[in-house]
Amino acid sequence: MATSVKDRVATRLRSRPGRRPAYWSGLGAAFWLVIVLIPLYFLIATSLRGSGDYMSEGPLAIPESLTFDNYVNVFEVGFLRFLGNSLIVALGAVGLVLLVAVPAAFGIVRSRSRVVATTFSLFLLGLAVPAQAVIIPVYLLITRMNLYDTLIAVILPTAAFSLPISILVLTSSLRDVPGSLYEAMALDGATTWQVFQRLVLPLSRPGVMTVAIFVGLNAWNNFIFPLVLTQSESMRVLPLGLWAFQSQYGTDVPGLMAAVVLSSLPILALYLFGRRQLLGGLAAGFGK
Amino acid sequence: MRSSATERPGFVWVAPALLFFGLFGLGPVVIVLYLSMTAWSGLGSPEWVGLDNWVRLGNDDQVRSSLGITMFLTVLCWATQTPMALAFGSWAAGTQKSRAVVSSIFFLPLLLSTAAIALLWKAILEPHYGLPGQIGPLIGFGGNILGDSTLALYAIAFIVLWQFLPFHMLLYQAAARQVPKSLYEAAELDGASPIQRFLRITVPQLRHTIIASSVLMIVGSMTYFETVLLLTGGGPGNATEILPLYMYTQGFVSFEMGYASAIAVVLVVLGTGLSLLVVRATGYSRMTSQREGI
Repeated sequence: MATSVKDRVATRLRSRPGRRPAYWSGLGAAFWLVIVLIPLYFLIATSLRGSGDYMSEGPLAIPESLTFDNYVNVFEVGFLRFLGNSLIVALGAVGLVLLVAVPAAFGIVRSRSRVVATTFSLFLLGLAVPAQAVIIPVYLLITRMNLYDTLIAVILPTAAFSLPISILVLTSSLRDVPGSLYEAMALDGATTWQVFQRLVLPLSRPGVMTVAIFVGLNAWNNFIFPLVLTQSESMRVLPLGLWAFQSQYGTDVPGLMAAVVLSSLPILALYLFGRRQLLGGLAAGFGK
Repeated sequence: MRSSATERPGFVWVAPALLFFGLFGLGPVVIVLYLSMTAWSGLGSPEWVGLDNWVRLGNDDQVRSSLGITMFLTVLCWATQTPMALAFGSWAAGTQKSRAVVSSIFFLPLLLSTAAIALLWKAILEPHYGLPGQIGPLIGFGGNILGDSTLALYAIAFIVLWQFLPFHMLLYQAAARQVPKSLYEAAELDGASPIQRFLRITVPQLRHTIIASSVLMIVGSMTYFETVLLLTGGGPGNATEILPLYMYTQGFVSFEMGYASAIAVVLVVLGTGLSLLVVRATGYSRMTSQREGI
């Protein structure tokens, strides 16, 4: 009797999901793979086609001749400027968020005051406020502060709306720090500032990394704040630059596709060199 | 002298973040409510008009139709993304090399901005030189997907799926890796099929992630605004004019900022309300369960 049970267990274990090919899910994955790849192929192939070839060859045909002219043209219509503006906005937003969010997370984790606890719930509530729905009051604030049509105008609300999730991520990474470390430093007579500098800053590094990527990507891709808070070409960020390119040179699809590829290259580089960090930053606190 | 052992950071450490978020995050929620009771063209000062905008909102057929389109699109996007993200996410959680390679390709759309994706798909769906122009005639179809009021909506939902599936898949992948292996082994001994194991173990174990992902989809449905603006501009006619887009055109094209603010209040209440409802109804608000339950 006992042996037969053992045999049955052994047979079952041999057919574990890892060994048995999962046809069903594999098929679904293969299907979606095609759906993901066709547009990306279209994007790259079209960006390398001559403008004339785009009309004569089919959308999915392998380009008969490859050209980098489209990429050169994109640079000539001010692409570098948009790229620079997007970088400033992303770095500015990341810097601003970290400047206020790291101390706030430290305060929230270590403080015993009720006011601080209430502050934390305010930030949590802020998670549910959609940024898109408050563009009109933000526009009012920015014009009243005489910041309209500047990059600072884009940085401020972008950073503010990234704060709730950033603080959530930073507090949960700081909560893992054992209290005894703080107590040991306090016994050595360290001030709060010294604790922050020597303990909190180094230990919050993984959280800071996640936040920096999350905020940076958000700012990089942001469309609505630059759309309503800037207007001149010199303040244009990449997503707006793409749109302007499309409205201006509507028929130049290869040019537009080259612009799309170029606008994504910095993020692609991040993906290639730090896939784990990038994906972790994208999922921020949600995927824990 | 104060004992340093009891010294803890005070309010001063939180104040800058709170002030900043109050000014640009929570303040605008209050201001938008005030603006909804004013007439304002964007220049000069808002003038108090009481409930005029709200009366107009109640009688505006476009608001009702936009609200319907928004709801339809939000539900459609949720209902397509959730099962697929759940299935692919748990699939990608497997440690096989092939799965890692395939999922790293699945994640590629994450590298493109919303604007880039909308413009890419606009080119793909272009009726003459794009894909439908090639495939359409073969199946007796004109090929103008974005010019058809029903098809345009489905096209938007599909593009949203293409763009955001990898993000939600990422959430489910991370969560599925935390599910104890012993649960699967036990189920297997009981003779559960792969589908049974998925429905009885994976799905219940991932419930916190399902909630988090659903909330993000609800709040995120506001961002479809960019996709719609770039892809169809609300057309054909007003067939894809979702509420955030209607608010934008009222405010920044017609310069009726007061009326647009009233629409914005509806959006804030809808977005925040729906998310809080999901969170409350499921007890997700307890932070501990968020961190330990997954």
